Amino acid sequence: MPTAILARLVLLEARRSALPWLAAASIALALLLATFLSAVALTEGRELRIAVVAALLRACAVFLVAMQVASSVQREIDDKGLEQMLSLPFPRAVQYLGRLAGFAVCAIGLAVLFALPLAPWAAAGPLALWAASLALECTLVAAAALFFSMSLAQLVGAISATLALYLLARSMAAIQAIAAGPLATESLGGELARWVVDALAFLLPRLDAVTRTEWLLYGAPAASDYARALGSLALYAVLVSAAGLFDFYRRAS
Amino acid sequence: MSAGQRPLRAVPAWLWGLLAAALAAQLALHAGTPKSGDRAEDLPPAPSAAVLRLSSFGEPEALARIVMLYLQAFDLGGNNSLPYRRLDYGRLIGWLKSIVALDPRSQYPLFCAARVYADTPDPSRMRQMLEFIYGEFFADPNRRWPWLAEAALLAKHDLKDLPLARRYAAAIDRYTTAPDVPLWAKQMEIFILEDMNELDAARIMLGGLLASGKITDPGELRLLRRRLDELERREWSK
Repeated sequence: MPTAILARLVLLEARRSALPWLAAASIALALLLATFLSAVALTEGRELRIAVVAALLRACAVFLVAMQVASSVQREIDDKGLEQMLSLPFPRAVQYLGRLAGFAVCAIGLAVLFALPLAPWAAAGPLALWAASLALECTLVAAAALFFSMSLAQLVGAISATLALYLLARSMAAIQAIAAGPLATESLGGELARWVVDALAFLLPRLDAVTRTEWLLYGAPAASDYARALGSLALYAVLVSAAGLFDFYRRAS
Repeated sequence: MSAGQRPLRAVPAWLWGLLAAALAAQLALHAGTPKSGDRAEDLPPAPSAAVLRLSSFGEPEALARIVMLYLQAFDLGGNNSLPYRRLDYGRLIGWLKSIVALDPRSQYPLFCAARVYADTPDPSRMRQMLEFIYGEFFADPNRRWPWLAEAALLAKHDLKDLPLARRYAAAIDRYTTAPDVPLWAKQMEIFILEDMNELDAARIMLGGLLASGKITDPGELRLLRRRLDELERREWSK
């Protein structure tokens, strides 16, 4: 199984890198900050702790996954390891998807690890839904980072593009609300801006609808909403992976 | 020292000196800069809820609570030139409104409005804060009635404005529909009208809230007990 071997190599590299230490440092930092902030809160100390830890660890998980994928691919390109792999008698799909599978397992592991610090304060059901959602979100980020790293072949460019896509996707609902709000101008320019924002939103995943802290604070979402949100994320991961594979097949060497 | 590094003596003396001087300058610069809390800065104008939502990057619940802590620093910190009794209440209410809009289910902003900012000797500011609570009550009466109940008591005993207190009490009776709203809250208009002193009324309300087991936050419990103690002391001194 070449796919499994490639995935195992990716995981082995992740284990030997600074990723486990950075994950532990993220958890420690989030817990420290949440403890400090909840100590100065007049009320809702538990809610504050959950919200801060969840928000921080979600951001850390995404950042670490993007960095790990981009740096791993860049190292492989620089060491000519990728060229060597391409000369082996495996279909390109196997090579690409094997790497993606390794990064996805890494992302899922990180999501599960980052859900554990919330266990003392959050209810088990909503926390499990939050962790599953974070795992899928990180997998999508891994797929996006792999796509940008392979196609741009530049570390800074790949990380910037991944994080820009991620932040834009998370803010798009708020941007749309502002564009359609009562303060928006009725001029042609305003109408055009709204149209551009709406068109852009069509091309982005609905990251504002997943891994929501409100699930941990106010209870689990409706099953249909949850399934729709995660389904759309899975679909986008397939889209990004297909785009990455498309680009990989066109790669000269 | 790892295998890939040369010994420390390989670093030239001028570089040691530069490193030490830069570190000392950094520490001196920080030691000479006044803490931000010491500056006599006032509460800035509130950002709109839309701007806060955009800045939250999809984490409105976390940002709402962090902004509440930021807002607290303008009164409870003690370093501000304006203690909260002299804060610009128009701006303060703007901030509270934006925070409520950011996370409508959080009780933190209304808790502070009723128990911190409304507790001011300035009647006009207290009235502003009570009207804010009253306005926000209608968006979610079943969750926000405790703060309007507090407002009714403040209106009666601190503002001595019985019609205002009755308006608040009547709103609780009329607009709350949840089965867990206690009877004393639904019948608050009656004990607003009764010739009851502030301590007895507060004992009924705060005692009722404590007995219901709904208040579990240690900080909130501490604040409630301190408030009851203060009322008791005030009654004794009379």
